[in-house]
Amino acid sequence: MSEIKVSCEALRKVEEICQQFNNDPGELISILHACQNQLGYLPEAVQRVIARQLGIPASKVYGVVTFYSFFSMVPKGKYPVSVCLGTACYVRGSDKVLEEFKRVLGIEVGETTPDGKFSLDCLRCVGACGLAPVATIGEKVYGRLNPSDIKKIVAEFED
Amino acid sequence: MENMINLTIDNRPVSVPRGTTVLDAAKSVGISIPALCHIDLKGTCVKNTPASCRICVVEVEGRRNLAPSCATMVTEGMVVKTNSARVVRARKTVAELILSDHPNDCLTCPKCNDCELQKLVTRFNIREMPFKGEQSERKKEVTAAITRNMDKCILCRRCESVCNNVQTVGVLGAVRRGFDTTIAPTFDRMFKDTDCTYCGQCVAVCPTGALTERDNTDRLLDDLCNPDKIVIAQPAPAVRVALGEEFGMEPGSIVTGKLATALRYLGFDHVFDTDFAADLTIMEEGAEILHRLKAFLGGDKSVKLPIMTSCCPAWVNFYEHNYPDLLDYPSSAKSPAQMFGAIAKTYWAQKMGIPREKLVVVSIMPCLAKKYECERPEFAVDGNPDVDYSLSTRELARLIKRSNIDFKSLPDSDFDAPLGESSGAGAIFGATGGVMEAALRTVYEVYTGKTLPRLEFTAVRGLEGIKEATIDLGGFPLKVCVAHTLGNARLLMDKLRAGELDYHVVEIMACPGGCIGGAGQPYHHGNIEILQARAKAIYREDEGKPVRKSHENPDIQKLYAEFLGEPLGERSERLLHTCYYDKSIK
Repeated sequence: MSEIKVSCEALRKVEEICQQFNNDPGELISILHACQNQLGYLPEAVQRVIARQLGIPASKVYGVVTFYSFFSMVPKGKYPVSVCLGTACYVRGSDKVLEEFKRVLGIEVGETTPDGKFSLDCLRCVGACGLAPVATIGEKVYGRLNPSDIKKIVAEFED
Repeated sequence: MENMINLTIDNRPVSVPRGTTVLDAAKSVGISIPALCHIDLKGTCVKNTPASCRICVVEVEGRRNLAPSCATMVTEGMVVKTNSARVVRARKTVAELILSDHPNDCLTCPKCNDCELQKLVTRFNIREMPFKGEQSERKKEVTAAITRNMDKCILCRRCESVCNNVQTVGVLGAVRRGFDTTIAPTFDRMFKDTDCTYCGQCVAVCPTGALTERDNTDRLLDDLCNPDKIVIAQPAPAVRVALGEEFGMEPGSIVTGKLATALRYLGFDHVFDTDFAADLTIMEEGAEILHRLKAFLGGDKSVKLPIMTSCCPAWVNFYEHNYPDLLDYPSSAKSPAQMFGAIAKTYWAQKMGIPREKLVVVSIMPCLAKKYECERPEFAVDGNPDVDYSLSTRELARLIKRSNIDFKSLPDSDFDAPLGESSGAGAIFGATGGVMEAALRTVYEVYTGKTLPRLEFTAVRGLEGIKEATIDLGGFPLKVCVAHTLGNARLLMDKLRAGELDYHVVEIMACPGGCIGGAGQPYHHGNIEILQARAKAIYREDEGKPVRKSHENPDIQKLYAEFLGEPLGERSERLLHTCYYDKSIK
């Protein structure tokens, strides 16, 4: 894995966030959420700062980050794509929608396109099961998707 | 007694203290319930009780589901069945499910015959693999000391518990989830890129072949058969009280004489002893203790106290990684194994007229970190290491078996002169508190000029995590402290950093019990009695020695007279002392 450089300013922000939670190891997940909201992702350097602030091994922080699919160690794309693999979407073929996103974007789940534009993730249920299968791009929700729609949808975001 | 709980296990009445687990209660009446993820090295902090494998399930009357006996506390009137058809079948199914993604290569596995999973398969009469699951493809790594093959991991988390809770090194942890879960060093790095100290306690507790030692037996076999090489051996103090276990002997059997004979039969050209170098360590470290003490008593405020022992390579790694601001406190003395190498390849090689490149020094150690220590660049001259490589007690046992040597029937023999003569003080290095006791025997006599009335310093013996004592050093109260496991070392180092550590001399060993509990020793499988028996044997070995103080070892005296001059002298400093490096990960 190539080392991602993080600015000193960003790391100071991480320290601040930890302090807001009183450097309490019990608040690790909340701290990770806050840091990811702030920075968009949780690279190694950020996890090391959190570990040091909370007085826990970096391996523990890394274990939690890799356990929850919500957390990401790579920067998200400008347009983060999430495909729902919840039960309703899955039975209506969201696996095929996901495959088509992978093919069109040329990346795997958890990756970001080299131009930083799109990232691809899966999620479990956005509460729009009536529209299954569902995907979100940024804040925008796309329902009743068919694999043949994907190319056109992605093109909407080309500048 | 009100704190005693009465219950029935397999129709037998049992009475145990409140707070006992069903597993331990059963054990107290001779019912050994199989367990896998569970380990509890009682009397030390080595413990893993996640109740995650479910091998130890039992039937409790009135309870619908089966209960994990390792995590179920006894209650008054409880009726337990450990061997009903339901339990026995459930246990077998659990084992079969664990096997569903386990590599099926027991025949060639380094853990074959010592694997706890394999033992359960035999015990549960598993004759086929009913569940054929997807096979995991996980990282493999061979470091100087440890070999990692996570395909064989059953996720018992013993290694994680030991690395985090006992050693506080915090390198190993579970990552990812579900089928992709694996135990990995921080950020999925290789061990060498983390704070790993190579203490190897993860290997010592691993029930399967996921974590094992790096094997050097073939390398040794090649060297022993090479007519151009002179190969010499140095076995550590703790090896001779544990090696016999690998040949079915009782734990605590002293096999010093058989060990020397076995090494000779294997083809070593000279069979020496690390105990000799342990005496040498006491001469140097003792002189350093006295030097710092005298400066301190003379009013020198800059002197670094407490002085800390530096024989344990995992402990050295630990402070280089975690306490780079305190590198002036540990003694600069090299470990006995490295002192041996430095002397063998100078003093002895010159005496014998053997060129350095022809001489192969092999250490037999209870330790895995010693393998890494051999590769430290500062312990080499022009790339030729002082100690070429190290084998663990287990590897030596394997090589003896492979070489058709019937160990149990071997006659006793002595180590060769001059690097094979040792005192009882050298012998006790293998148990926690031993280095301290050995140092005190010499420091007391040199400092006071008087003969010790009683050689045994029992206050620093035993398996307690941190021991302290005050020794009357001719009117000066010398405060000493002995700790084993790196977790206890961290407690002391944090105090030192805070300026609150009030001792003059501190001994630290990374492994529970000291070197007798080292990661290269025969597997204890969670049985503390084995470590206790080894420790007792170490002190028996000391009692049986005609010379019991390092400074009275005649060959040590000769070494100083002929070659080194005096402790902390110019040549001693160059050959027997080292310095430490900041290895913290920024």
